[in-house]
Formats: sequence, C-alpha cells, structure tokens
Amino acid sequence: MITSAFAWIADAANWGGDAGIWMRLLQHLGVTGLVVLAAAVVAVPAGIAIGHTGKGRALVTFTSGAARALPTLGLLTLFALALGIGLAAPFWALVILAFPPLLAAAYSGVESADKVTVDASRAIGMTGMQVLRHVELPAAFPILVGGLRSTVLQVASTATLAAYTADIGLGRFLFVGMKTNHYEVMIGGALLVVVLTLVLDVVLALCQKAVERRAG
Amino acid sequence: MIEFQRVSKTYPDGTVAVEDFSLVAPSRQTTVLVGTSGSGKTTVLRMVNRMVEPTTGHVLWDGVDVATMNPVKLRRSIGYVLQEGGLFPHWTVLDNIATVPRLEGATRQDSARRASELLEMVGLDASMGSRYPAQLSGGQRQRVGVARALANDPLLLLMDEPFGALDPLVRRDLHVQVKRIREALGTTIIMVTHDMHEAMTLGHQVVVMQTGGRIVQTGAPEELLSSPATDFVADLINVSKL
Repeated sequence: MITSAFAWIADAANWGGDAGIWMRLLQHLGVTGLVVLAAAVVAVPAGIAIGHTGKGRALVTFTSGAARALPTLGLLTLFALALGIGLAAPFWALVILAFPPLLAAAYSGVESADKVTVDASRAIGMTGMQVLRHVELPAAFPILVGGLRSTVLQVASTATLAAYTADIGLGRFLFVGMKTNHYEVMIGGALLVVVLTLVLDVVLALCQKAVERRAG
Repeated sequence: MIEFQRVSKTYPDGTVAVEDFSLVAPSRQTTVLVGTSGSGKTTVLRMVNRMVEPTTGHVLWDGVDVATMNPVKLRRSIGYVLQEGGLFPHWTVLDNIATVPRLEGATRQDSARRASELLEMVGLDASMGSRYPAQLSGGQRQRVGVARALANDPLLLLMDEPFGALDPLVRRDLHVQVKRIREALGTTIIMVTHDMHEAMTLGHQVVVMQTGGRIVQTGAPEELLSSPATDFVADLINVSKL
C-alpha cells in the first residue's frame, strides 16, 4: 500500500494539470497563507495592545482555552451548514484555529519585555508608542515569530479539511481517494501534507534562528 | 527647589504607601531619603516625575505643580537613575546614553558627540561606547545609567537606590563621581537609599523615613550625628559606622 502511494507520488503524470499535485500544493499553501494572514491582521495588533496596556488579559486566556476545546472539524461542519459549500466555511474555521496562538504569542512577547527596562524607559520620558517600539516590540519579535511558526504548521496540517467543502488543497487527494477506494492516492496525499509541514517547519525554524540571532 | 506639600498615596487595594508627607528639597543640593523598605521613599521620589500620582497633595518644582506639566516633557527634563541601570539591552552604551537627546530630536552626530563627553565624565573609557550593557560590569552599567540621566543637562536628578547592588569600593568611587558632577553642573539631586553611610556621605540634607512615609528626622548629616531624634535614627547611624 505504502509502495503504491510512493509510486503514485513518483508518477509525473500526477503532478501536472488543474487537479495535479503542484496545483494542490499551491492551493494548500495559498489557503494556509491567507488564513494565517487574516488571523494575524487582527490577533497580532490585539495581542500587542493587551501586552502593552495590560488590559484584556482575560481574552487571551479565554481564547486559548476555547481553542483547545473546539474541534475544528465540528466547527467546519457548522460553518458549512451556515455558509454552504465553498471556501468560506473552511476559511473561517481555520481563522478561528489560528487566532488564539497568534494572539497569545503577540501578548506574551510584549509581556516578556523586562519590567525594569520598560519602567526606566517611561521614567526617562518615552511615550507609550516609543516604549512599544524601542523596548517591547524588540523583545516580542522572537516570540512572535515562534508563535507564527507553530500557527502556520497547525493551519497547514489542518487545511487538509478545506477539501471537505471546497475543491481545494492537498486534502482533495484524501477525500477523493477515500471515496473512490484509491487508497494509494489517499496515503500519497497524506504523505504530501506531512512533507509540506516538515518543510515549512524547517524554513520557519531558520527564520526564527535568524531573528533570535539578531535580537541577540 | 522641589516641594512636597502634604502628599499621600493610597493604592486602590487600600495600601497606604505614603501619608501626609511634606518636605522641601533645596536647589543645587543633594537631598537623601533614607529608610527601611516599605518606608515609601521610592514612592515619594517617583511622585516628582509623575511615575506615581499622589492621591492627595501636590509636588511643586520651583513653584509649579508637576501635575500641570506634560509627563513626557517633565521626565525628559529630569535625569533618572535607578538600581540595575534599566539600560536597553539591545543598544550600545553610546546609544543608551544618547536616548533622551535622540528622543528630543538631536541629530545622530550631535548626540553621539554628547554621549562620548558623558562617557568620559562618568569615568569610562571611550572604547566602552560600542559595547552592549551585558558586556559591562555592574559598576560600569551604573556609570552608564548616570551618564544617560545627565544627557539632557537636567537641572534635577532623581536617583533610586542607584548604587545599592555595587560592592563598597565601586560605590565609594561613584560617590566621589556624583559629588564632582553635582559641583560642576549645580544639579539638584534627590536620592533614595537604605544605606545610611551613603546618605551621610552624599546628602546636604538627610531625611530619615519610616513606614508610610513618616519623617523621623530631617537635617544635615552633622545634626543627625550629634543629635539623633530617636533610637531608630541612632541605630541607623551606628550600623553605618560598622
């Protein structure tokens, strides 16, 4: 079975075309990128604001607790029932998955700035924005990149579910393979998701290292 | 001149840090607030640059209530030195010293030149300028902290246990340095310490405080030596002689 899955991956004929592996990979990456971006646009500024002002900490605890309890597949089904077939349902389900870890990373990053240094920078006359820019954000950056890394991995692996309601991503191979009893396609698709996630992890780990080195 | 007019600080949880504290810190002199922890001395100090807002009472700087001043402008016109320096770990020594001039819009060139002068003034070698705080000893970091506080030629310097974590020899050297700087620049200094010896060495006026910002005795070091108001003051002085 595994051998035939590898044979399926190795077959160049399976890579081209509108439903080929390349296309699915690209879609998968696209969905992942879009979801993480959409979640980050709200979660990162919100997390930074919470860390800077110290107000709204409960939101961080609540969302990360809720996120652990929420099954993404159930959420997706719920959204699909409400929004119908298409990309919208998995998009929102994945955004909800990505939001808490990004919020938590931005918050704990800002929070990790040395309290004495923050106090000193205010005491010598920095404005709130200057404290943020010169003290809190430099401290937050490595942690934020770390949070981004784990969020991307989580979304990339879960984005497989997008194929549940939309003709998109590597998940198609799993659903199609299952429906048509082509298990080599199913396993091949699963392997591709694993490889993609591992590659993303390595790339993001390198980014994280570079950022940490710069932050010294 | 800094004047505390019956200031109190009560925190929302009901803790009274300072109660009905009044004091005049004369210009061009060093006033040292000395006391055990919990005496409210740091709270009082931080009322001057509005890091703490008094619950009641006023702090006047040359007759103007600091509560009416813009806090950012106020803080930039006051030098502030705290224990452990509070330096920016990711900035070089020169960049740290130049912080306030840079915030005030001085050019990179001007502020670098000023920072070099200050480095020399606090007794550090020019080669230290390109180092990072983590690469300095505790004493060197404190010198950088003092240099940073002086960068904008402040008329007033607030020092919060600035030399508490240093060994006695380094501390003595920094005392000499601070005295020299004050004489050269005519700066008004308010300092907080729990070290009576330090208070007697640096202070023109020494203010002994107990819990809740209660003043036990205020006077020149000689007065405290010759006629300590209470056993507490006498004990503090005796311990400092050991």
